[in-house]
Amino acid sequence: MPLETINDAAKRGVYSLQEYFELAGKAIGFIFVKPFYTADVFQQMDTIGVGSLGIVLLTGFFTGMVLALQTSVQLQTFGATDYIGTLVTGSMIRELGPVLAGLMVAGRVGSGIAAQLGSMRVTEQIDALNTLGTDPIKKLVTPRVLAALIMLPVLTIINDFVGILGGNVIAKYYLGKPASLYWRTVYEQMLTNGFTLHYIPNDFIQGLVKPFVFGGIISTIACYFGLNTTGGTEGVGVSTTRTVVTASILILVVDYFLTQVILAIFTP
Amino acid sequence: MSDEEGRRKQPGERRQPSEKDETAMPRRAHDSSRVRAAIRTELEEVAEEGTEEQEKIRPTPVTKPSVISLENVSLAFDEPVLENVSFAAKEGETVVCVGESGTGKSTILKLILRLLVPEQGRVCIDGEDITHLTFDDALKVRQKMGMVFQGAALFDSMTVYENVAYPLREHTDLREDEIEARVREKLEFVDLEVDKVLDQMPAELSGGMKKRVGIARGMANNPEIMLFDEPTSGLDPLTTATVTYLIIKLQRELGVTSFVVSHDIRSSFRMASKIALLAHHRIGFFGTPEEMTGSDDPYIREFLGGF
Repeated sequence: MPLETINDAAKRGVYSLQEYFELAGKAIGFIFVKPFYTADVFQQMDTIGVGSLGIVLLTGFFTGMVLALQTSVQLQTFGATDYIGTLVTGSMIRELGPVLAGLMVAGRVGSGIAAQLGSMRVTEQIDALNTLGTDPIKKLVTPRVLAALIMLPVLTIINDFVGILGGNVIAKYYLGKPASLYWRTVYEQMLTNGFTLHYIPNDFIQGLVKPFVFGGIISTIACYFGLNTTGGTEGVGVSTTRTVVTASILILVVDYFLTQVILAIFTP
Repeated sequence: MSDEEGRRKQPGERRQPSEKDETAMPRRAHDSSRVRAAIRTELEEVAEEGTEEQEKIRPTPVTKPSVISLENVSLAFDEPVLENVSFAAKEGETVVCVGESGTGKSTILKLILRLLVPEQGRVCIDGEDITHLTFDDALKVRQKMGMVFQGAALFDSMTVYENVAYPLREHTDLREDEIEARVREKLEFVDLEVDKVLDQMPAELSGGMKKRVGIARGMANNPEIMLFDEPTSGLDPLTTATVTYLIIKLQRELGVTSFVVSHDIRSSFRMASKIALLAHHRIGFFGTPEEMTGSDDPYIREFLGGF
């Protein structure tokens, strides 16, 4: 009965979506409800933020370098290699910084959260929390979501900076451009797209709204798949894979729509 | 607030442990052979005392109120799980639920914990219908209960101390020294070497030790109800005897009402005030172990096998 199968699959899909949004809504709502698991939030900030620093530094630096290297080839055609800082900065702050930090954290932290919560589910630790009178969403999901919402923008700022620094390395040692010229073009690029509230460059807003949203996506998706793990240790593996795949795809798709919206709002 | 005052605040605390309990095991037996010998002696005593001792433990049904009761409970997912199930555990009783795999024993535990809601019928705790409680109210009702899971379900990111202290930190205003005193008291109750295990992680413990820490965590808040899911599964005979002994000790010394889901008929008969036999999603028998062994019902005879 293919029609019934499609019907059932559609119902399951809608139900899962409803459960996901319910979980995400509760997790965010609990940020403002006592008791506050402050120690858990700081522990998660350490795991998500400090723990991901190395991988973000590496990807940011090499992305900045390769970006400068690739664009230098094109810019040489027009004799415009002086503007390499402009290109690297624009790309890193608005697009590559948030997306790369998001993808890296989805791979490293998202999988970790899904595996940890999945293991807790299959070893009945989630049920144990429930029976001990603790809401697992409040104890486990909210600290992770809050930590990701705070740390993703922080990681993105670091990612942007080391990326631009990587561009500087190429500009100086490969193209022979003085650092002062590079950093001046970086500064000018930051101011190009106008300001919000007179002082905040619009590029910064675009570059920080995205990782904030990505942080929410990664943490809630990971917690959703982790908490809904079934089928023992094999199920933990499935949840981990699903988390990384779903979060990565969502980051790229949401990035597009978010860019559309932000451009519509901030383009004069 | 002293520890004693903190203890008085807890619901359901009935009776302090008797200091002169002759059947109590030595608390700090560092020599494992001595521990094993003590367990053997204890179980032999329990077996010898037999029905007479069980009768002493078993309260008179008429005078005691029902602490846990299921009334005409039915539940189905894709197919029926429970059909018209009714039984009651009175104050201080240990009701053991036995039955074939897949007959819905663990579902009853989830209904009592209000992790599941029946489609029909009522589940009452202390006479209060918990079927229609909100999620937050259900969390409060769960604080009356201590649950021991099949695999102990200790939080593996926490030490033994933090595990047992967890419910106290969550639901009481006890100071840290009072919490530590309570944790030590509970770990001593389950006959663990407190100083040795306190800072150990769950991964460093044996199966039996995990189970005992699980019992200590379940009873940390002095609950009036203890629930056990397969407390003796996967344990060697001596550890099985130890855990069985602890459940009997909980009933005798603290007057706790227990509901146990088990496959282990031998230990069930040792600990049970009443046995509920689930057969084909219904209660096939509910009564004392003696009534069960004396039954002529062919299914019960077949289920008990050679016991």
